[in-house]
Amino acid sequence: MAKLIVFAILAVVILASAVFCVSTKRIMRAATALLFVLFGVAGLYFLLDYTFLGTAQISIYAGGITVMYIFAIQLVSKRTLQGLSERWMGKRTLLAALIALVGAATVLGVFCKNKILSELVSTNTPNTEVTMEVIGKNLMSADKYGYVLPFEFISVFLLACIIGGLVILNIRKNEEVK
Amino acid sequence: MFDFSIVTRWFDELLRGTLGLGDFGAILIECVIVGLAIIIGYAVLAIILIFMERKVCAYFQCRIGPVRVGWWGTLQVFADVLKMLIKEIFVVDKADKLLYYLAPFLVITASIGTFSFLPWNKGAAVLDFNVGIFLVTAISSIGVLGVFIAGWASNNKYSVLSAMRAAVQMISYELSLGICLISAVILTNTMQISGIVEAQTGPWQWLIFQGHIPATLGFLVFCIAGNAEANRGPFDLAEAESELTAGYHTEYSGMGFGFYYLAEYLNLFVISGLATTIFLGGWAPINIGIEGFDALMNYIPGIVWFLGKTFVVVFLLMWIRWTFPRLRVDQILKLEWKYLMPLSLVILVLMTVCVAFGWTFTIA
Repeated sequence: MAKLIVFAILAVVILASAVFCVSTKRIMRAATALLFVLFGVAGLYFLLDYTFLGTAQISIYAGGITVMYIFAIQLVSKRTLQGLSERWMGKRTLLAALIALVGAATVLGVFCKNKILSELVSTNTPNTEVTMEVIGKNLMSADKYGYVLPFEFISVFLLACIIGGLVILNIRKNEEVK
Repeated sequence: MFDFSIVTRWFDELLRGTLGLGDFGAILIECVIVGLAIIIGYAVLAIILIFMERKVCAYFQCRIGPVRVGWWGTLQVFADVLKMLIKEIFVVDKADKLLYYLAPFLVITASIGTFSFLPWNKGAAVLDFNVGIFLVTAISSIGVLGVFIAGWASNNKYSVLSAMRAAVQMISYELSLGICLISAVILTNTMQISGIVEAQTGPWQWLIFQGHIPATLGFLVFCIAGNAEANRGPFDLAEAESELTAGYHTEYSGMGFGFYYLAEYLNLFVISGLATTIFLGGWAPINIGIEGFDALMNYIPGIVWFLGKTFVVVFLLMWIRWTFPRLRVDQILKLEWKYLMPLSLVILVLMTVCVAFGWTFTIA
């Protein structure tokens, strides 16, 4: 019962913020609404006892990605942002509705197949919080179901991103010198 | 050692057994009471800290501080709060009103969120997650957004400048803060806050003694980075009053400003409290291995130990604030990226080596 109420509150927050995010014309407001959507999703993870995933969601998306978006918005010049808002177009409505329907069908299908709602409502589901020790060991293990390869791959990927950023920065600097 | 969970368990029994409430009702009532207790504790500590700051600052500058209102100026803060509460809140022209009103709430949410993680006594940790420390750093990062949005929504050049500075500074110093916390996690083998404190009970078991050199260095780096994270001390260039009037909260009046004021002082308390929890043993009393002495120390309740140690750290940070001149923005970034970050990485490696070879004073 309590879980259902919390779920309803979170769902309202997520949906309202998401609609506000895409419908507002001011880009900073959109970024702030996005922040609340991400908080809501983190709340859902906490509701499902995935505390680690919820924390990672707050830390990475709310604390990292949103700040990056806001910085990017600040770095874009005012002229680029003017006249960027989209108008309601008759022709595109049909296509958009189709895509939205397909998305909704997929979500509903997954929802019903895994019985998420009944799982949320029922009180007798055991508390299955995965401890940090298990997560840490799985993340660094090379056995079956171990995640050391993706983990290392992501770190190499991030290194490549950093080097790429530095290269782009250096090209700019050289052009400025010339 | 007095265990506070006796009281909470008795209250839970009272609600469930005597009053016959179900799971839902009992937990709802408990949550409301705990929430109220946190907010009241927050307000009371803010008043104490503001008064302490004014007195400490005054004595460092060879003044005597507020003395007129109440005995030794003790009612000064209450008068200030009353003034702030009855002031009008007004918005700047052409500012984004929604974001302007929202920003103080983001800041205060981050502040109260991290505040409720502090362990007050044995069995009196309010939020005690398995991912405790990680969640604290995650929640504290919301404050950056609040500060930035406040500066941006004020429609004021100085505020935007200050917001940019604050965001850059807080994002940078979060790194060394996090790495110091990780080195403590390596030593205690847990991220849960009650577990971390539990690992520090016993003779010479505070982390700063357990982890000797790396832990001491970690404590120092944590205090410096925490001071910067709370926008205080020599790192207060975000609100540098001589250059930017008051920085990101220039355009706020009344309780809008009051929220920033509260959050600033409570962030100081939270940083000191976390430093106490993680390096100085939290509520764990000082034990030296002599039975009589230890038994005597254990009679002192945990909350006294916790508040005592925290206020010592608060005093240290205030001492630093009123002694050193403000750093420039390039100096702040250089200090973090060229000195503190590499140093904290070295601490991390050193701590790992110490733990791996068993060169710690841990009594398992």
